[in-house]
Amino acid sequence: MIEAARRAVEAARKAGAGEAEAYLAEDSGREVRVHGGAVESLTAATQRGLGIRAWIGKRVGYAYGTDLSPSGIAGLAERAAEAARIADEDEFAGAPVEGGAAEPRELVLSDPTIAEWSTGRLAELALEIERAALGADARIAGVEQAVYADSSERVAIASSTGIEGEYSSSSCYGYLQALAESEGGRETGLGFGLGRGPAALEPAAIGLEGAERALAMIGAEKPASRACPVVLDPTVAASFIGLIGRGLSAGAVQRGRSPFAGRVGEEVAGKALTLYDDGLDPEGFASSPFDAEGVPRRRTPLVEAETLRTYLYDTYAARRGDASSTGNASRAGYRSQPSVSTSNLIVSSGSLGFQELLAEAGEGVLVTDVAGLHSGVNPVSGVFSVGASGRAIRNGEPAEPLREFTIASDLVSMLRAVSAVGTDARWVPFSGSVKTPSLLIGEMTVAGS
Amino acid sequence: MSELIDSAVAARVLSRALANGGEFAEVFAERNAGLTMAIDESRIEAVQSGAAAGAGVRVISDGTTYFSHVDGLDPDDIERAADEAAAALRAERSAPRALGAIAGTPQTIEVPPGGVPAERKAALLRELDERARGAGGEIAQFTASYAEAHREICVANSEGLFAGDDRTRVRIGAQAVARRGDLVETGAETLGAHRGFELFDDDPGAIAEDAARKALTLLDAAPAPAGSMPVVVGGGFGGVLFHEMTGHGLEADHIQKGASVYIGKLGEQVARPLLTAYDDGRLPNEWGSDGIDDEGVPTQKTRVIEEGRLTAYLYDGVTARRDGVASTGNGRRESFRHLPVPRMTNTYIAPGDAEPEAMIAEVERGFYAVSFAGGQVDPATGDFVFGVSEGYLIEGGQVTRPCRGATLIGNCLEALAAIDAVGNDFEIKTGICGKAGQRVPVGTGQGHVRIAAMTVGGTEV
Repeated sequence: MIEAARRAVEAARKAGAGEAEAYLAEDSGREVRVHGGAVESLTAATQRGLGIRAWIGKRVGYAYGTDLSPSGIAGLAERAAEAARIADEDEFAGAPVEGGAAEPRELVLSDPTIAEWSTGRLAELALEIERAALGADARIAGVEQAVYADSSERVAIASSTGIEGEYSSSSCYGYLQALAESEGGRETGLGFGLGRGPAALEPAAIGLEGAERALAMIGAEKPASRACPVVLDPTVAASFIGLIGRGLSAGAVQRGRSPFAGRVGEEVAGKALTLYDDGLDPEGFASSPFDAEGVPRRRTPLVEAETLRTYLYDTYAARRGDASSTGNASRAGYRSQPSVSTSNLIVSSGSLGFQELLAEAGEGVLVTDVAGLHSGVNPVSGVFSVGASGRAIRNGEPAEPLREFTIASDLVSMLRAVSAVGTDARWVPFSGSVKTPSLLIGEMTVAGS
Repeated sequence: MSELIDSAVAARVLSRALANGGEFAEVFAERNAGLTMAIDESRIEAVQSGAAAGAGVRVISDGTTYFSHVDGLDPDDIERAADEAAAALRAERSAPRALGAIAGTPQTIEVPPGGVPAERKAALLRELDERARGAGGEIAQFTASYAEAHREICVANSEGLFAGDDRTRVRIGAQAVARRGDLVETGAETLGAHRGFELFDDDPGAIAEDAARKALTLLDAAPAPAGSMPVVVGGGFGGVLFHEMTGHGLEADHIQKGASVYIGKLGEQVARPLLTAYDDGRLPNEWGSDGIDDEGVPTQKTRVIEEGRLTAYLYDGVTARRDGVASTGNGRRESFRHLPVPRMTNTYIAPGDAEPEAMIAEVERGFYAVSFAGGQVDPATGDFVFGVSEGYLIEGGQVTRPCRGATLIGNCLEALAAIDAVGNDFEIKTGICGKAGQRVPVGTGQGHVRIAAMTVGGTEV
């Protein structure tokens, strides 16, 4: 693969690019969807594509395609150079030079046994997830869908500035949406699990989690509007931590689109909270030896001892901010050019178990699900108001289920209000790759009836 | 109509797909090309050109779908995909019907954007930038994007269907950030269509001013109220409320899986008689329109609610076969890499009799949600939440002050039944709808609509 990437760099130079970078990705994946004890669909496919970044002076352009024949690559290179000519000059534009396949740790990102699983066996796994939910309780009326999916990827990068690298990784996940029915209506609950390969998934646990989450919501009512302590379970905490991570990207900060702009060195969080980005965590799904432009990944402390330590940088943001890249360039496959983004965002485990966290909250609300994050959060100001459901906390114990309320605050205030951190850390893949325990927020506005 | 794959190749692919049995086989081929660019800090950047071609083959047997796809349109590769889709089947070979002549009636495109010089597209973005920055000194930042996409598709199936479509879409988006001291507010607006570059003949820069005006207005906003009150929803993108709270629940896959609050409600009164609504994939040049759906079925106008009575669900081929009805032309997929699922096209509430001003004047204390940042619904429970991007307080029948940070939260059936006025104004706006990991262009439309009571979630308790 690296040869094809090198050829693409050559082709771009020939098309008029001063510097060029080629990113080649090949992915084979399978997906099984089951419903009602039967396989609904079975997909198997391989895809392969190439993206070229071309620099002409201080202008940069990007082109991608799937035609990897010599003429296809030549055409793609032409389009990348053409795109660069349309762009305006940008004094900070330039190809990454900090390359080198410095592999500080032996990273094992693939599970070779993934290939040994036939589609029939994978279907059985997905069916087991569904069965576990259906068998959990008589009130589980059905499962909307149970899904297994995996992906085995190989990535190669080459550039005219001497960057070269290749790696493989694999991942898989299983999830289901269980339906619980009662006189009061219908409730849904999500269960999920992830791993490098299907052997790492626990289908029964995934099914049970979905069933339990759905059952827990039966009879839920609107809470009264008030300001009170709020506990975010790990799936909800991960959504918010993911949003905070977006604001810690130097790209957002430099363009004045982050609530964390100008706050490095300032107090931004409760002292219980420690947050870092680690592109080399062996368990993290965003881990890789180097980032999406070939710069080595690393561990970067973001929030420690109440203080914001740094933002995250790719090559462009580093040049512009007079800093070094933190190896945080990422892309959503070959169809997108690199931009700054978190790799694996990790909140360090705290000292309180889940029950102790609830006890600490005393009287408040436990949030187990949020909706409308992409529309309810202003990424520039950090102000948010999102739909939520969960349980009341009374006398430090979980009490009646609650639905149809909103929680509102802003990201910086919420971070400052973190007063305790749980020990129940978990990887959650919905808002980037995030690992976090439950968080206790000292006070937040809950709007219901 | 060009044939992306010729009929002889399609016939061979279908025959191989059914080699191990199955009651239905289909090949879907696609070639697409697109260009996107943006302006940020008054600089043209993120210029990106993409192209892809490929095909997906599916076989349906006993309710299970077997699917495989390949990059490129090489006949040998597509035949291999057919073999792969058929590999897990163990039944007797079945035979596809002979293919007819290719059918299709693409939308009319006057100026294919691919032929327009890139400088004109860059100039369009520069105009948006100037217009937004000219709207007020407190506009601190402005970004705008331009996107064009040309997509040729071709679909053949074992029932003899052979159809094609040629789709061109263009869209611009504007986002303004206004700043006053520590206050930061944003405003956004878009303009798009299933149409050529002629869409931009008529003052495209207006969207930049609209985005800037929204951001500037919000600088004077106070926190949104919290609690239950009457809500007047604005026309155009306000239709996303109906899209989310009713449209998704009418998609037949949700119905068949028991994951919709509209199960068993066909023929029942779900809203007051003043409400009639449609899904219409045939509207000329609308963002959510196509000549055929992604299973080759001509798009159609489906009345989903007639004077408050639920009249139709939205079907693709698989769900239609299961219910023994005809597809409503709502089988859509993001690309050849995806399986079709029932999806909306352009969904809208038909104009009513009420004057928008009068609808507001009748509200003693309430909320006016002009536009939304987006929304989300759980089709199974009907619970939804919407982020309001532009909203105002209504006091004594008057729109008084702008509010920031409001969300609307409620339940579909209750909110639908609570619609007590539909305005005589009408507009359709563009959206990108996500479902089952697939994003497709959809139109959402309505005039002003009033909901008698709904929970507004703000920070002012």
